[in-house]
Amino acid sequence: MKVEQISIFIENKSGRLAEVSRVLGDSGINIRALSLADTSDFGILRLIVDQTDKAKTFLKEHGFTVNKTEVVAVEVPDRPKGLCGILEILDAHKINVEYMYAYVERSNSNAIIIFRFDQVEAAIKVLTANDVVVLKGERIYTL
Amino acid sequence: MIWNDDFETLPREAIASLQLKRLKQTLDRVSVAVPLYQEKFSAAKIGMAQIKSLDDLRRLPFTLKQDLRDNYPYGMFAVPLDEIVRIHASSGTTGKPTVVGYTRRDIDIWAELMARAFVAAGSHRGDVIHNAYGYGLFTGGLGAHYGAERLGASVIPMSGGNTKKQIMIMKDFGSTVLTCTPSYALYLAEAALEEGVDIRKLPLRIGIHGAEPWSEQMRSEIEEKLGIKAMDIYGLSEILGPGVAIECVEEQHGLHIWEDHFIPEIINPETGEPVPAGEKGELVITTITKEGIPLIRYRTRDITRLIVEPCTCGRTHVRLERMSGRSDDMLIIRGVNVFPSQIESVLFSIEGIEPHYQLIVDRADNLDTLEVQVEVNEQTFSDEIKVLQKLSHHITKDIKDLLGVTCKVRLVEPKSIARSEGKAQRVIDKRLDK
Repeated sequence: MKVEQISIFIENKSGRLAEVSRVLGDSGINIRALSLADTSDFGILRLIVDQTDKAKTFLKEHGFTVNKTEVVAVEVPDRPKGLCGILEILDAHKINVEYMYAYVERSNSNAIIIFRFDQVEAAIKVLTANDVVVLKGERIYTL
Repeated sequence: MIWNDDFETLPREAIASLQLKRLKQTLDRVSVAVPLYQEKFSAAKIGMAQIKSLDDLRRLPFTLKQDLRDNYPYGMFAVPLDEIVRIHASSGTTGKPTVVGYTRRDIDIWAELMARAFVAAGSHRGDVIHNAYGYGLFTGGLGAHYGAERLGASVIPMSGGNTKKQIMIMKDFGSTVLTCTPSYALYLAEAALEEGVDIRKLPLRIGIHGAEPWSEQMRSEIEEKLGIKAMDIYGLSEILGPGVAIECVEEQHGLHIWEDHFIPEIINPETGEPVPAGEKGELVITTITKEGIPLIRYRTRDITRLIVEPCTCGRTHVRLERMSGRSDDMLIIRGVNVFPSQIESVLFSIEGIEPHYQLIVDRADNLDTLEVQVEVNEQTFSDEIKVLQKLSHHITKDIKDLLGVTCKVRLVEPKSIARSEGKAQRVIDKRLDK
């Protein structure tokens, strides 16, 4: 039920983001979802790609610092309070969201949100117990 | 093991009387042969007959690097050029290089002292000495080379650079001793890893590192990453080159300076006065056997203290504590004296920090600023910003606690700080251009 995400350390200087996408593109890797968190000095690029390990290897070969983390992809009803309902469930179980970002799906009535939790296993258990749809990694990589 | 038992274990009184005899001979020579010393001694109104004890040495004027520059290239030579068999020079990054000349006997003594150094560091005949100090005008390469040959070891004259080949040779030739700067040793370890060579599994046993200030933490880093015992060696071209002083493998604490050839003193760099025994200050060296360029009370600018307690290795020559910086490399940041080696110690005490760092000193709104650039690696990297910010704050706090200086930590990508194949450039002081 978990989704593999790679994170890349990017110094805040021009051309680095382009370099990452070039490396991935040249290696035939497709980006599925992406989020960039930034500070004044550096950024962290988080990516879900179709071939995680290959992407990690190629990026490392090009001198990037890369690590792999597990995130959770959740289907959120595309209506008012859709996200709120899910966050309330998590809150009730004292599960903390480290960060989250939306995943844009081309044709579906539901939105997909990627969550990074402090307790991944517990979060998945709570969500599924409350009938929230948690998507499998394979589904995300190949959508 | 000791290379030259007769001299290295000479009783203290015998060292002192030998020093006085040789000092007088040197003074007699330079006061005749070197115009600069004639002028200096007459300006100080001191005659050589007044030097009766070693304590009288402190009545003599200092020699500065500037004196060598002012007398560029041959003005400091105490013998005619036809007796000089070798010429070396410092890099001259801050102006004209300082030129030094060696007579045949100087080269012979240098080789002898370097052989002593190799043995003190745990090396012996039969070792394969991989010499990655630069050959050329810089004294490191040839100094170590001649000493290794004198020892009877097999020398691989690699010189600096061409890192991939260094690793291949080290692996194929079975190098057992590595001589290079400490920063290059770490660079080699890093490059070997990339080449898929486990340097720890090679026969390499000892590293002899000098030519730049380094810390105890950097020693641990080198010892761990290369799987060797890393030894500190000290030297400077003005005095001789590498091999002026060396740590013994028994203690790995403090570098024995060969007192039968040099007289060390420690002074307060501000006042020029001697510091109380055992205190830190600037190292001043007088050469007492050199023929080419004998130097009287040469201010090295290196900061250290003397360790006079007897050493377990049996050598009677005093030890210099690991150099903690240079009096002229000292950064004054908002009035606080900071040595790059102090910051290095802080960085290395934090787990997961890469040994590569750079200090950028600048001035903004008339206030000094210090930026510490640290490379992020897989161990320290996290996909959560707060973890990285915590690391930055941790470093800032430790530096503030220890040195009283507020710095900004900038985390940079791996390998983004330039690697050096010689001396690492740790400090960029932009205030100098303002």
